[in-house]
Amino acid sequence: MKAAPMSRVFPIALNTFREAVRDRVLYNLVAFAVLMSGAAILVGQISVGIEKLVVINLGLTAVSLFGVVISIFIGIGLVSKEIDKRTLYTLLSRPVRRWEFVVGKFLGLVGTLVLNTFFMAIGVFGALLYVAHHFAKPDAWVLVALYFIILQFVIVTGLALLFSSFSSPLMSAVFAFSLFIVGAFAEDLRGFARMTKGITRWIATGAAYLVPNFSALNVITPVAHGQPVSGQLILYNTAYALIYATMTICGAVLIFERRNLK
Amino acid sequence: MKRSQITMVAGSLLVLCLAASVLTLHRLDELRSHATLEEVLYVSSPQALKRISLGYSGLLADIYWTRAVQYFGSKHVQGAEDYKLLAPLLEITTTLDPKLLVAYEFGSNFLTAKPPQGAGMPDEAVALVKQGIRSNPNEWHLYYDLGFIYYLDLKDYRNAADAFARGSRLPDAHPFLKLMAALAAQKGGEAQMARMLWTTTFETTTNKDIKANAAAHLRALQVDDDVTNLEALQARYRDKTGHFAASFSELESAGMLRGSPRDPLGAPYKLAAEGKVEVTDPDDLPFIEKGLSIGYIPPPKPKILPVD
Repeated sequence: MKAAPMSRVFPIALNTFREAVRDRVLYNLVAFAVLMSGAAILVGQISVGIEKLVVINLGLTAVSLFGVVISIFIGIGLVSKEIDKRTLYTLLSRPVRRWEFVVGKFLGLVGTLVLNTFFMAIGVFGALLYVAHHFAKPDAWVLVALYFIILQFVIVTGLALLFSSFSSPLMSAVFAFSLFIVGAFAEDLRGFARMTKGITRWIATGAAYLVPNFSALNVITPVAHGQPVSGQLILYNTAYALIYATMTICGAVLIFERRNLK
Repeated sequence: MKRSQITMVAGSLLVLCLAASVLTLHRLDELRSHATLEEVLYVSSPQALKRISLGYSGLLADIYWTRAVQYFGSKHVQGAEDYKLLAPLLEITTTLDPKLLVAYEFGSNFLTAKPPQGAGMPDEAVALVKQGIRSNPNEWHLYYDLGFIYYLDLKDYRNAADAFARGSRLPDAHPFLKLMAALAAQKGGEAQMARMLWTTTFETTTNKDIKANAAAHLRALQVDDDVTNLEALQARYRDKTGHFAASFSELESAGMLRGSPRDPLGAPYKLAAEGKVEVTDPDDLPFIEKGLSIGYIPPPKPKILPVD
């Protein structure tokens, strides 16, 4: 009987996760713990009235940036490393399709990042409890901000994988980081596009919609002030991240399927 | 050379170089004592900083707020007269995070107070609080802060009344705001108004320094009241007897006073020449305008007693 594709994707994802753990990716949690405890103790002494704000702002910013760096640096090596070590050939000689390999790698890295974020979230809430002595109802919105950060990782991992399917690790890192930065300016890009005319306007608008929009996924500052996040934003951000990541994975699959691996 | 010897030499050299670099840097700091980093705003445009933050503007705002607090604190300790970076630092902070209420409330305090207590820039404080109201129109504290500056620092009673009245219409506004609006509109009752302003601050602030400062002002208002009343008693006593009372017990014997009067800190008031009343330790009672002995020189920095 022919095995279902997911039964082949899952072991690849699990191996990617194990490999990331073996590569000591989770060591970043130590740096994160030092950062959070240091901030929680220090800020109360050097600033006024922002102890809780700093814990949320710093904690979520660190979760986001640590995760983006991990997703790019691990993501860009997912394909090239397997080629360099020649393990890809062993894998593809088995009844594993190339798309299953790409999807498995993607899911494995996203899983690693979710676990990493989970531990960091415990750190954020621990520090929050330390400075505020109790949790308040609006603190629950921090969970939504963390969810949006995971959605951000889903997109960045997809981009890193897309670039790594046709480019060298160094160039993939450059492309992925550049798109991450451009994505933070996505709304400005749309503003610039509106200022242009004719064909330039079409090209600029197209480019503005093509680059990932990370600004809608960043609700760190509002949740730090205890402001609620609308259900519609959660829904549309989820849809956008999944659609965009699927798009990047499809691109990676299309390129990887046609790539000459000899 | 053996491996262990190499490890020993390299390790020792590393520690030695680390110590030497710290000493050299320390010497460099001494040589460049005037080149303070504090006086420099690397990026002065709040909008540019907001772009550079890549969306992580909340954390950058916290950093800039901490920098503003540190800047103010260091200048305050030095007894400085010039706080030129304070207003730009606060503008950057509040542009990066327009919801950072603490920056408007404390920042306006830092800007308003006269040097060396603060920057002595009430107009900049008004601009800061107005910016805060534009971003947070439902925060009554900001209208209160605005009215406070207009009333006590700028003596602009019309704008003070307007700010208090607008704040009083907001939900959860302190009930004193309505009274303050009425008093400011009448341009009168300055002592009563000042008492209400400082009481509101004392009751609503969560910061111990601001609470202690409000308590000191409330004590000063109480002393000014006490001294006025006691001096009025002395005048009445003189009218009655032809001379001022030499001690409070004389006033007590005349049935004009009950017990020996004490200041809000519990120290007894003193009777001075010409019917004047003085406090025992004026250093403990900053901001008092009455009860000071002739020739008293206040300390360069007011002594604010902590609130227990």
